[in-house]
Amino acid sequence: MTGRDRRVLVAMVGVPTFLHVSLIWVPAIFSLGLSFTKWNGFSLSRISWRGLKNYQQIFTVFEKDFYEAVLNNLWVLFFLFVIATPLGMFIAYLLDKNLRGTTIYQSLLYFPVVLSLAVVGFIWKSVIYSPRQGLLNTALGRTAEGNQIDWLGNSDFVIQLTENYGLSRNFLALIAPLIWQHVGYIMVLYLAGLKSVDPSMREAAGIDGATEWQAFRKVIAPSLRPVNVVIMVITVITGLRVFDIVDVLNNPTGTDVLSLLVTEATSGESSNLGRGSAYATILLALCFAFVVWYLRSTFKEEEA
Amino acid sequence: MISTRRSRIFAQLFLSAMVIVWILPIAGMVVSSFRPYAETSTQGFFSFPDTLNLDNFRDAWGRGNFVRHWTVTFIVVIPALFLVLWFSSMVAFAVSRYSWRFNIALLMLFTAGNLLPQQAIIIPLFEIYNRVPIPTIPLLSDSGELRGSLIGLILIHVAFQSGFCTFVLSNYMKTLPKELNEAAMVDGASLWRQYWQIILPLTRPALAALATLEFAWIYNDYFWAVALIQKGDNLPITSSLRNLSGEFFTDDNLVAAGSLMVVIPTVLIYIALRKQFISGLSVGASKG
Repeated sequence: MTGRDRRVLVAMVGVPTFLHVSLIWVPAIFSLGLSFTKWNGFSLSRISWRGLKNYQQIFTVFEKDFYEAVLNNLWVLFFLFVIATPLGMFIAYLLDKNLRGTTIYQSLLYFPVVLSLAVVGFIWKSVIYSPRQGLLNTALGRTAEGNQIDWLGNSDFVIQLTENYGLSRNFLALIAPLIWQHVGYIMVLYLAGLKSVDPSMREAAGIDGATEWQAFRKVIAPSLRPVNVVIMVITVITGLRVFDIVDVLNNPTGTDVLSLLVTEATSGESSNLGRGSAYATILLALCFAFVVWYLRSTFKEEEA
Repeated sequence: MISTRRSRIFAQLFLSAMVIVWILPIAGMVVSSFRPYAETSTQGFFSFPDTLNLDNFRDAWGRGNFVRHWTVTFIVVIPALFLVLWFSSMVAFAVSRYSWRFNIALLMLFTAGNLLPQQAIIIPLFEIYNRVPIPTIPLLSDSGELRGSLIGLILIHVAFQSGFCTFVLSNYMKTLPKELNEAAMVDGASLWRQYWQIILPLTRPALAALATLEFAWIYNDYFWAVALIQKGDNLPITSSLRNLSGEFFTDDNLVAAGSLMVVIPTVLIYIALRKQFISGLSVGASKG
C-alpha cells in the first residue's frame, strides 16, 4: 500500500468513526458519569456529586416503578421470543418456497415495519382499541355505552405474579402492535438468510429423500446459525429499547418501561438528570450484556 | 427437498390468513380515511361505508401543514441517507477488504454502537448540542448551535445509523471475492478507486436494501427530532399528525387520512427498491 493509499484509508475510516464515537459513545460514557451526580441541567457548575445515591433511590423510593418497568420489558421480550420471532421465521421459511403470490405476501406482511410509530399508535388506539368504534369491540358486540371494554385503560393484571407485580391488561394490549411490527422485520431478515443457503445443499437433501423437516433441521438451520444470532440480538434489543409505542399511546398507568423512566426522570418540575442517567446506565448495562455476548460469539469465529 | 402438494396448500392457506389478520388494521385506517367522521363515529370503523370522499385528505393537508413538514423532513432524510451509506460503506470497505490491526475492534465498536438505546445517550447529547456553536445557515441552522438545527439532526442520524449499516455492508463485502482487490492492485488502481469503482458498484444490492430500511427509520424518527429541535416549524412530518389531533377532541378520520399521506413515501421507496431488498440484506450469512 502506498503512503497516499494509507492516508486515504485513515481518512475513510477516521471521519465516520469520529462522528460515531463523539455522538454515540461519548454521550454513553457521560451518561454513566452523570448517574453519580445531581444536576438540573442548566449550568455545569451546578452539578454536585452524589455517589451511588441515585441508584440507592431507584432501589428504594422508586422501587415499585423500577421493578414494574423492568418486568414490562421482560414481558415484551417474552412475547417477542415466543410469538413474534418464531412466527416471522416460519413465514420466511414458507415464502422461501417461492409459492405463487410470494411477493404480495411478503410486501403486505412487511408493510407494518415501514409505518411511523405515530401511525402505528393511531391505528391501534383508534382503529383497533377504540371502545366505541374500534375493531375489537365491534367484533365482540361491546360498543354500547356501559358495555364497552377499555383496552388501554384497564391496568388490572391478566397474569399476576405477586401482590404488586404482574402483566397488566393494557400492557398486553401494547405488546400486540410490537408483535405486529416485529414479525415483518424478522421475516425479511430470515428470508435474506434463507436465500443465501447454497441451493445445491437443498438439492442434495432432496435426492437423498430427506423429508421437509429433516432437510430443514439438518441442512438449512445449521447454516443459518449466524443469522439466528443476529435475529436473537435484534429481538432482545427491541425488547429492552421499547419506547415509542408506549409513548405514542400516552403511557397509561401500568405500562412503564425502562426507557420511559429515563425521559420521565428528566422532564417536569422535579427533574433530576442524575437519576435519569442512572436509569439510562442500567438500561445500557442490560443491553451491553447481550451485545458483549453477541460480539464474542460472532467474532470468535472470525478470528479463528 | 420434497415439497408436497399438501404442504404447498397449507402454506398458501396459512399465509393468506396471516396477511388478512396483519392487513386488517391498515385496511380499517384506509377505508375510514375516505369516510366522514360523523359516519364512523356512530357506525364504527368496520361498517359498510355510505359516503366516500376526499374531504379528510384536503383538510389534513392544510391543517397538518404538510408542505412545511415534508420539506423539513426531506432536507434531513436525503443528506442523512446518502451520508450514512457513504460513511458506512467506507468503514465497511476498510474492515472487510483489508487486514490491519484495529479492524475487528472497529467493527465491534460500530456494531455495539448500533445497539445502544437512544434514551441512554440523549441526556448528555442534548447538553453537548447546547454547547457546540455552528455558523448560521438559513433553514439548516437558524439557532447558531447544533441544538435546534437541522444539521444537528442530520449528524445524529448519520452517527446512530452508521452502526447498523457498517455491520450489514461489511457482511456483504466479505462475500465478494478477494481476488478483486488483488487484480486491481496489480493494475495499479489506488485504494480510493478500488473502493469507488470496483467494490461499491458490486455492493449495490446491499445499499438498496439498507436505503429501504434506513429511509423508513430516518423518515419516521420522532425521538431525536423532539429532543433536539425546539421550533415546531422545524419538526419532521410525524408532527403533522400531532397537529391533527386536538386536545379534547380528535377527528380520527382526519388523522387516518393524514397517516395515509405520511406513509406514502416509505411505501414508494419499498416498491422502487423491492427487487434488491432481500438479496442485499445479508446480516450474517454463511460466507460465500
